[in-house]
Amino acid sequence: MSAQALLEVKDLVTEFALREGAARAVNGVSFTLSQGEVLGLVGESGSGKSVTGFSIMGLVDKPGRITGGSVLFEGRELVGAAPEALRRLRGNRMAMIFQDPMMTLNPVLRIDTQMVETIHAHERVSARAARSRAAEVLTRVGIASAEERLLQYPHQFSGGMRQRVAIAIALLNRPALIIADEPTTALDVTVQGQILYEMQKLVREAGTSLIWITHDLAVVAGLADRVAVMYAGRIVEQGPVAAVLDAPMHPYTRGLLGSVPAANARGSRLRQIPGLTPSLLRLPPGCAFAGRCDAVSPQCAAPVALREVAPARQVRCVHAIASGVCL
Amino acid sequence: MSAPSVSVVPGDETPWRRLARRYAESRLALLGLAMLAAVLLLALFAPWVAPQNPYDLGKLDIMDSRLPPGSLGGEAGDFRYLLGTDGQGRDMWSAILYGLRVSLVVGVSSGVIALGLGLSLGVLAAYLGGRFEQLLMRIVDIQLGFPSILVALVLIATLGKGVDKVIFALVTVQWAYYARTARSAALVERHKDYMEAARGLGLSRPRMVLRHLLPNTLPPMIVVATVQIAHAISLEATLSFLGLGLPATEPSLGLLIANGYESLLSGKYWISVYPGVALLFTILSINLVGDQLRDVLNPRLAT
Amino acid sequence: MLVYILRRLSQTVVVMLVTSLLVFSAIFLVGDPVELLVSPQADQLEKDRARTALGLDQPMLVQYGRFLRNAAHGELGVSFVHGRQALELILERMPATLELALLAMLIAVALGIPLGMYAGLKPDSLGAKAVMAVSIVGFSLPGFWVGLLLIMLFAVQLGWLPSTGRGPVVDYWGLKLSVLQWEGLRHALLPALNLALFKLSLIIRLTRAQVRENVLLDYIKFARAKGLSRARVLGVHLLKNIMIPLVTVIGLEFGSVIAFAVVTESIFAWPGMGKLVVESIFQLDRPVVVAYLMITVLMFILINLAVDLLYSVLDPRMRLRAAQP
Repeated sequence: MSAQALLEVKDLVTEFALREGAARAVNGVSFTLSQGEVLGLVGESGSGKSVTGFSIMGLVDKPGRITGGSVLFEGRELVGAAPEALRRLRGNRMAMIFQDPMMTLNPVLRIDTQMVETIHAHERVSARAARSRAAEVLTRVGIASAEERLLQYPHQFSGGMRQRVAIAIALLNRPALIIADEPTTALDVTVQGQILYEMQKLVREAGTSLIWITHDLAVVAGLADRVAVMYAGRIVEQGPVAAVLDAPMHPYTRGLLGSVPAANARGSRLRQIPGLTPSLLRLPPGCAFAGRCDAVSPQCAAPVALREVAPARQVRCVHAIASGVCL
Repeated sequence: MSAPSVSVVPGDETPWRRLARRYAESRLALLGLAMLAAVLLLALFAPWVAPQNPYDLGKLDIMDSRLPPGSLGGEAGDFRYLLGTDGQGRDMWSAILYGLRVSLVVGVSSGVIALGLGLSLGVLAAYLGGRFEQLLMRIVDIQLGFPSILVALVLIATLGKGVDKVIFALVTVQWAYYARTARSAALVERHKDYMEAARGLGLSRPRMVLRHLLPNTLPPMIVVATVQIAHAISLEATLSFLGLGLPATEPSLGLLIANGYESLLSGKYWISVYPGVALLFTILSINLVGDQLRDVLNPRLAT
Repeated sequence: MLVYILRRLSQTVVVMLVTSLLVFSAIFLVGDPVELLVSPQADQLEKDRARTALGLDQPMLVQYGRFLRNAAHGELGVSFVHGRQALELILERMPATLELALLAMLIAVALGIPLGMYAGLKPDSLGAKAVMAVSIVGFSLPGFWVGLLLIMLFAVQLGWLPSTGRGPVVDYWGLKLSVLQWEGLRHALLPALNLALFKLSLIIRLTRAQVRENVLLDYIKFARAKGLSRARVLGVHLLKNIMIPLVTVIGLEFGSVIAFAVVTESIFAWPGMGKLVVESIFQLDRPVVVAYLMITVLMFILINLAVDLLYSVLDPRMRLRAAQP
């Protein structure tokens, strides 16, 4: 809880009002992010990681809405803030990159239009100045002949290039925070590597904080400073990336790491975590992972809090907390 | 971003029951269904429901012509003309019921024939492919490029008037929509896994088409049918109104409306207005039902 | 692009030829053509003379050849009722029909798109539900009946607007229009409204469906994530995307409006092509019907072509494809 924390998320709850009931996609998530820090938010589909990102940006659409908690950004409370105040922050002080670059850029507008409008939404600059800034940022993200490219349409770019354009748009107004929602999932493996490397470089250069949402632990390993593992809408483990990956404390994290194919000896069976994620409509009162855990015990039926077990390391598991040592 | 995928406990309802349940979610759609049922029943039992047979010339009293709604008249002076009378002393309510019958019979029968024709041709085209499919789709495209009223007018102008000619014109106007829908639906189905499985089991071709392909092309056909039949009823009324449709011996609602045109200008509105209301009621009910069916059967919106 | 246009135009010629052959066969081979081209009071001798004079004793292909040759000179037959060139009659009345159709389309689009957008963006509001209810009724109303009601209400009961006829015509460099003057507009308003009603409902429904589909897509979310104002997200990003299918439908519906003008013109005694054609059908004035069909077919083909070209202009993804031969 340092005074210079850029982002403080406390007990955030986001619910979706479905026909069958209210689904809690985000169920009491808390974390902080300092200036220049890179946080990896890891989880499988349905863990609530994307919804967390949208909640911070204030982009949760009906039938979802934030029903509890607080999000402090640069000292300002975002939950319940006026729509106009949120609009002024978006694309300006905090930006977001989405997963599928084919769907995020508007297919019928030129690239320069889509970039210049982002600048003009927040600043009064001349059209020429805005355009040259756009060209400069495009070059920075690795797009050659930026001036020509500005006149083109999204369908004239490859998938990797389109994502670079999206990254460029995010960087245009020099935001303090970028939230990247699985930006490389839809791309080729080789392109993935390139984009990762460049994001890292760009973010370090500018001192921008980054939340990288992904289901892929390998990505997090090279890029992030800290990692938070999410399961069924809750953070189950948090800490410095090296520590968490080398010595995971939560059975789910262990399972995730164990199921990475590289971790297995060649020819041996791939390890899987048995069972399925519980339905978000009917979350158990206690530990959500209990049904799939091999270390389950009667205490797991009661609500488990996130506890700090080591400096900057938190775990939501009675076993890890009790022993204080990795399993 | 869509709502998170939630695993809901599946029930054990048949597809029909699920269709019915989802249909019933809209109160407006249920209203439409009730309206449609009322229309069909009235038309079916018109001879028994109508207080007067409007085509029995012996029963008509010319002295009772152009009476406003609610007037009393008839031989004994005690017959109430609910919706007034027309230029010949005919009870409007009875005339409307009989007219409704004619309009529905012509509209629905043309729709059913067009559906049968379009479905067979469309599925055949999808199944055979090649030149036949190309040719058929070309014809379909050309025909769909022309407004239906124009095609109908040309056909009536060439063939002359009469019930069979009107039905022929209506079928010609509709079949292309059915054919196109049937073909695209059949193409989609043809490539699905269960067809491969059926082929692998060695089922004969006609059997595959009849028992597997056909039932799955029905949902979009039903949706098209509701739109087309409503349109056919309206088109027939328009043609009758212009004097180019059904003959006066089997007056449809369109002709009734046409008959009341002059009286309209002198303030005797009921002769034209009430048949129009009946027509509107019918077409509206079909559209309400069709709208909801389209939403319910739409694969993109299905969970 | 030029190659594409040329190719389409050559396709047009082919379709026109095929249509003319179909129309010719249908109209002239059903029944005795002489009956159709000569006054019904003529006796047998006159009919035989007419038959030879018109070359109707020649084989069909020869007759068709003559028909085509005459058509190339702009002669599609002589109206037996009016005694003048059928094509002339049609072209004379075309401005009247076109100005009515254009006015109707204008009303339908100017009202339909905003209402449809509103209904799509706020689907649960009372206003949106009212709009949708009105549009489904408008969609189900028989057009001719509405025409009668409009006359009854506005002309007979309220006396605000004239019930029949076209207003005074003004000559604009050879083009005779009436709607650009107030008196002409007054006369055109009721029939244009009549024509517009069905299209209005269609456009509302279509716009609403497009808005509902698009508003959920990622590019809208991304536009909001960039901090763009709501006005820009809806007015630029959304609108530009939905305009593409919308414009194609509007273009195609324009042809349908021209066709339906046949009914409206009859009810409102509007002196356009439509009224002429209905009268001609009753009077068995077949040359006029043929001329009308040929002209309308040509119009539809040209409208289709214009819509295709417009589509490729509006959608940048299509532009490259169209440019390739």
